[in-house]
Amino acid sequence: MQSTLFHRAAVGLTSLMISGMTFASDWTERSDLDLRPGVTQVSQEIQDLHTTVLWIVTVIGLLVFGLIVYSMIRHRRAKNPNPATFHENVFLEVLWTVIPFVILIAMAVPATRVLVQLDDSAESELTVKVTGYRWKWSYEYLTYEDDNDIGVSFFSNLATPPEQYNNPVLSGGLFPYGTAKDLVGKEAPEKDHNYQLEVDNKLIIPSGQKVRFLVTSDDVIHSFWVPDFGGKKDAIPGFVNETWALVPEGKEGTYYGQCAELCGKNHAFMPIAVEVVSQDEFKTWIAEEKEKAASGPDLTPFSGLDQAMEEGKQVYASACALCHGANGEGGIGLPFAGTDFATKPEHLNEHIDVLVNGRAAMPAFKAQLTPRQIAAVVTYERNAFGNDTGDLIQPADVNDHE
Amino acid sequence: MSTAAATHDDHHDHHHAPTGLKRWLFSTNHKDIGTLYLWFSFAMFLAGGFMAMVIRAELLEPGMQFVDPEFFNQMTTVHGLVMVFGAVMPATVGLANWMIPLMIGAPDMALPRMNNWSFWILPFAFAILISSVIMSAFGDGNPSAPNFGWTFYAPLSTKYGPDSTDLFILSVHMMGISSIMGAINVVVTVFNMRAPGMTLMKMPLFVWTWLITAFLLIAVIPVLAGAVTMMLTDRHFGTSFFDAAGGGDPVLFQHVFWFFGHPEVYIMILPSFGIVSAIIPAFARKPLFGYASMVYATASIALLSFVVWAHHMFTVGMPLAGTLFFMYMTMLISVPTGVKVFNWVATMWRGSMSFELPMKWAIAFVILFTCGGLSGLMLAITPVDFQYHDTYFVVAHFHYVLVTGAIFSIFAAAYYWLPKWSGVMPNKLLGELHFWNSLISANLLFFPMHFVGLAGMPRRYADYALQFADYNFWISIGGFWFGLSQVLFLAVAVLCAMKKGEKAPAKPWDGAEGLEWEVPSPAPFHTFDTPPVVK
Repeated sequence: MQSTLFHRAAVGLTSLMISGMTFASDWTERSDLDLRPGVTQVSQEIQDLHTTVLWIVTVIGLLVFGLIVYSMIRHRRAKNPNPATFHENVFLEVLWTVIPFVILIAMAVPATRVLVQLDDSAESELTVKVTGYRWKWSYEYLTYEDDNDIGVSFFSNLATPPEQYNNPVLSGGLFPYGTAKDLVGKEAPEKDHNYQLEVDNKLIIPSGQKVRFLVTSDDVIHSFWVPDFGGKKDAIPGFVNETWALVPEGKEGTYYGQCAELCGKNHAFMPIAVEVVSQDEFKTWIAEEKEKAASGPDLTPFSGLDQAMEEGKQVYASACALCHGANGEGGIGLPFAGTDFATKPEHLNEHIDVLVNGRAAMPAFKAQLTPRQIAAVVTYERNAFGNDTGDLIQPADVNDHE
Repeated sequence: MSTAAATHDDHHDHHHAPTGLKRWLFSTNHKDIGTLYLWFSFAMFLAGGFMAMVIRAELLEPGMQFVDPEFFNQMTTVHGLVMVFGAVMPATVGLANWMIPLMIGAPDMALPRMNNWSFWILPFAFAILISSVIMSAFGDGNPSAPNFGWTFYAPLSTKYGPDSTDLFILSVHMMGISSIMGAINVVVTVFNMRAPGMTLMKMPLFVWTWLITAFLLIAVIPVLAGAVTMMLTDRHFGTSFFDAAGGGDPVLFQHVFWFFGHPEVYIMILPSFGIVSAIIPAFARKPLFGYASMVYATASIALLSFVVWAHHMFTVGMPLAGTLFFMYMTMLISVPTGVKVFNWVATMWRGSMSFELPMKWAIAFVILFTCGGLSGLMLAITPVDFQYHDTYFVVAHFHYVLVTGAIFSIFAAAYYWLPKWSGVMPNKLLGELHFWNSLISANLLFFPMHFVGLAGMPRRYADYALQFADYNFWISIGGFWFGLSQVLFLAVAVLCAMKKGEKAPAKPWDGAEGLEWEVPSPAPFHTFDTPPVVK
């Protein structure tokens, strides 16, 4: 994209200046002052364009500010007691209208080129449907090479445990309220290196192949953004937006991103993690996943209450705690601790139903959780937080539920 | 001047000037209403600033330490709304009320009773909006205050909005009515009440920029009213303007909002251009360079503001042709804006400058607003905007143009005209402290936001990954510092209101030009009862 003189000069000058610095390869390193070059050709061209424009505006800025400072020193009253009286100059005024215009054209040309290139998502080898939910992502593999019937999909939740981010220092009066209140003054565990970025199930894509993302949303607007792939795309309910990435071979690794459009309470808590693997690895992985998906849900009964509670606790932490509180005390969602809903036998069927089919603001979880996970979490909610019903729900009970 | 005449003047004033609460509640006097607007906007500035302090306290370190993410979102939302609609806009309306009649030689605004009404709507509008925050804060977050960002994108604000969204809608309608009435008043005043000889092209630039601002307000506030009305019917009357499930379109909301929203940002900055164009010539002791081109540049910016709105929405998935159109148009705005900056520099050039407080704020405005303008040009470049969009880079950009731009110019105006308003000079020591603390802290606050944005931190995040921690720490320190610095201005303003300080002459700045300096300081209750003649 060496299209303009500006551009060549800017990129050359910058590489000279930063030759002593190296960009951290991992986004989670702290060293960046500038836009990351990223790993795809598009992200690198965006970075080049950014560099070009940054240089242009820096030079313009320094020139203008230089004139102002010079004038402030030379044309201050002590130095120049008799002001000039000129108040127009047609030549100058035309000049500083035309020159910026020319500079704009010099910027618009490479910008248009990159934009046209970005717009072309044709001839992709893998298509993944990315759906934003409050507050998680789901990835559905639609087509890969000649295979149009993959049927592999999963949800991806934040993996940073709540103890790491809930560290309130004050309580009462104005703040904090809700789920964090119980944790006031508690010692917080050390934050992980990938704090607020790690997820339970990473999106896995092959290197060296063009991957098309079909981006949409189930509820409010989200935005799918992995900085190292260059650019973001809004996930809008009722719309399917397209974007794409081609990570070159040799650049395998994990790349992180975050939701970039305000989507409510846990906007900051729905990261994106993409694992780029070699094509061979990807083929093995997708074949395994296909097989798992084809064999139907795992309906092996729990060996006992303890096993169901153990699994349910994990599901609760990742899928329920954000709305219903870490200790079932409620929040955006209703409370469980000691409520009729979670303790009375006549509400058991309703309890399963709300999880499977949703109700009002509560989303249906049958697409997000397996019957085994739903059974485990219902068991957990009816036996934790001081609830002592002894109810044990088996995966088959949930699977039979309409 | 005989003593008899002076006594008569006093008597005249006393006879007509009401006192006490009635003076302010029933006022139809442009100066009193201007004063009300200015005090109100400063109160809102402090309220919105307090919310910013909550935001910065939470972001001081990674982790949730002070507030719940839900309350954090309420803070970012109401901070934005209060600052835009409560602080910047009413402040410029206050300046317009005070200064436009004085500058064009009119005895008052053309529609004085409407003037009273347009102010007195505002305290109620903001009482409604802020009541939702107070209920939320003292009610354990329930009911929630508006939490969908000042841009209130659907469906977050419609199907998923809290109950208080209806309070927000009512409050925005009231603010809109107030703004439209204020704008109509300016237009009618400027067209009908100019003194003999005050032709359009002789008007001070502040009057010009406000005239153009008023037209922008009349054009776009109804669009905002339409947007919130559609929200209201979507929420309660079964329509689906913004709901895809009912055949509507969530992106339509963004088009409608930004068709209002982009001209809105010029509504906030154009009066600043007028202020700075008055102050720089006064302290450079040299006429404004390129008066006519300033007028044309302002008009061009205003016209262009109607065809650039979708640059706020480059990531929604517009067709390529649309994206290119909005990119080119947006880049074009930098031409007239550049003309303005160059004109200010040329005004300073070979002048005889002194750096009293108004001039300090004005020069800081020119430099820092230009920084915001240049980052705006970067944001116009669409492919790069795909990376910048909704990160702290954008937050840095619009705080440079709104805080170190609009608000710095409002402070410049306050220091410039306070002698005229109050009859005493603003306290120099407090003023200097206010300026230098604000200047340094604002840059500590907003400059690192560029870096943390480029590094990839999305905006409106209640918590963030560890690589952003260092920047956020310094940004928060800058934030607290900037917030505290504004208390100094409160002291300056209170001292002036109490008439404590050096007595101001009719024209305290030797290089200042304009009719406002021909009346005594403080400006008497009634001025230009007989219009002056402008040569």
